[in-house]
Amino acid sequence: MSSRALIPLRFSVREHPILSLVAARVAISIPILFVVSILIFAATEVLPGDVASAVLGQSATPSALAALRAEFNLDQPAYLRYIDWLSGVLGGDLGTSFTSRRDITETISLRLGNTLVLAAATAIVTVPAAVFLGILSVYRHNGFLDRAVNAFTRATVALPEFFSGYLLIFVFAVTLGWLPSSAAVFRDMSPGARAVALILPCITLALAVIGHITTMTRAALLNVMSSPYIEMAELKGLSRWTIIRRHALPNAVGPIANVVALNLAYLVVGVVVVESVFVYPGMGQYMIDAVLRRDVPTVQACGLIFSVAYIVVNMLADIFALIANPRLRHPK
Amino acid sequence: MRRLRSPATVLAYIFLGLVFIASVGAPWIAPHGVSEIVGRGWEPPSANALFGTDTVGRDLFSRLIWGAPVTMAIALSATLLAFLLGGATGMLAGLSRGRFGMLLDRMNDVLISLPTLISALVLLSVLPRNTFILVAVIGLLESTRVFRVSRALAAELGAMEFVEVARLRGENLFWIIRAEVLPNALTPLLAEFGLRFTLAVIFLSTLSFLGLGIQPPAVDWGSLVRENKDGIVFSVGAALIPGAAIALLAISVNLVVDRLLERSAATRSGR
Repeated sequence: MSSRALIPLRFSVREHPILSLVAARVAISIPILFVVSILIFAATEVLPGDVASAVLGQSATPSALAALRAEFNLDQPAYLRYIDWLSGVLGGDLGTSFTSRRDITETISLRLGNTLVLAAATAIVTVPAAVFLGILSVYRHNGFLDRAVNAFTRATVALPEFFSGYLLIFVFAVTLGWLPSSAAVFRDMSPGARAVALILPCITLALAVIGHITTMTRAALLNVMSSPYIEMAELKGLSRWTIIRRHALPNAVGPIANVVALNLAYLVVGVVVVESVFVYPGMGQYMIDAVLRRDVPTVQACGLIFSVAYIVVNMLADIFALIANPRLRHPK
Repeated sequence: MRRLRSPATVLAYIFLGLVFIASVGAPWIAPHGVSEIVGRGWEPPSANALFGTDTVGRDLFSRLIWGAPVTMAIALSATLLAFLLGGATGMLAGLSRGRFGMLLDRMNDVLISLPTLISALVLLSVLPRNTFILVAVIGLLESTRVFRVSRALAAELGAMEFVEVARLRGENLFWIIRAEVLPNALTPLLAEFGLRFTLAVIFLSTLSFLGLGIQPPAVDWGSLVRENKDGIVFSVGAALIPGAAIALLAISVNLVVDRLLERSAATRSGR
């Protein structure tokens, strides 16, 4: 690195150390997003034949193939189609579906909202619950509650969503009859009915992430709890609850915020399976249908949106950790 | 040994043993053929069909046994592929101090920033759906995670004196990896192998459940969930049995891995 390039950076580090670290983290994501868009586009070019023959299958007539190729400009070189696609995406035009000939942007905008509602509702319930469970198990470290929480997190971490989802449907919807078994929501559904339909998918998604957040919260807190100033606080005669709240928690916020955000990134992707278990009209189910029908433009559009969301939330996770960590805020 | 084996770990070993037996001896153990019709659809469990029948009247217990080798073989080969790819490149990146290592790092930064399931969906939207492709896709996507672990291990060990000595002696990188780094990284890599295997099982089962993995008439545990899921609303729990088998397999491997890490931590701190 040349020294000339470093001078403005060093200056800004002195002024706002945290700001330039955050800016550096954001700057890394931009080329990654760009390369990811290339990868998603290129992944559909890896076939020895072309997309048209993959979509129409082996029995396609030459004229049908030629028509599809002409309609979607498949006869043009790949890099031209990529530039065309990317400029469309940046302008909000995701293209046209191979199979339904519908505008993808229009369909996705309807479903993206549903997916975000599901992910957000899950996050709002899960994050406080998981952090609370983590704190609780540190409060009762090595006690019965701690071991119970530990057993619960270990069991849930390995549960595939399609198992926990159908188990919940079987118990609460079919056997007990308390809740609806499908989460098919319609536009004219009342908000109350919508919320009830969301309960089981939310719990299923929550089970997928709660274990990880709880375990990491517990580990981060226990890590802080072994430091000398905690012993000092104990010797001063503070109660264990006060020690956790006043001394341990503020110093463990960084890693906790980081793991919460990482799991939020997982939520964005985890919806795919949960939506197809509960027949929920979100983007995940839309993408699966498109993959099954080999509807390449739709798959590309969904894949890009999911990937961008995942990358951005991951970036936010790192930024949280930067902001919350006093050692990174004041680097030596 | 200070601690006795917990009952959960013993159960995990027993379950893994049963799955192993089913995987090796499916043709001899399964009471019925894989597509043999033994009764009407969704019959309750009986002596003839231990777990009941599936959607078209085939024996669910037998199909579970027939599915075991498929799930195990694909997950195992995908994990092996991930370790061959990710382990080798990760070790090279962790030990080499030049442009090559940097290049590997940057490539992995991009690949690891993609969610695995979404990448798999994009790839499977154009690729043919067969076993070979499944192993390649799962192995390739998991290898980015293996890269990260083996790179960290190699970088940590590469800073040790004995590796430095080997370097100064003029040994080449492959010799250093084989003779100095690998033996010392074995336990954490083995633990990682267990965890990656678990994730490969869930990954494969998820793809099969979504209809993108194993295609009929072949069966694996994920496709058994897919076939029988419609019974759930008629209070037929047939789909829950293969689902539970997948969950139990994942939990059992995790328990065994924990046990392995615990034991290696105990021998390390005990001396």
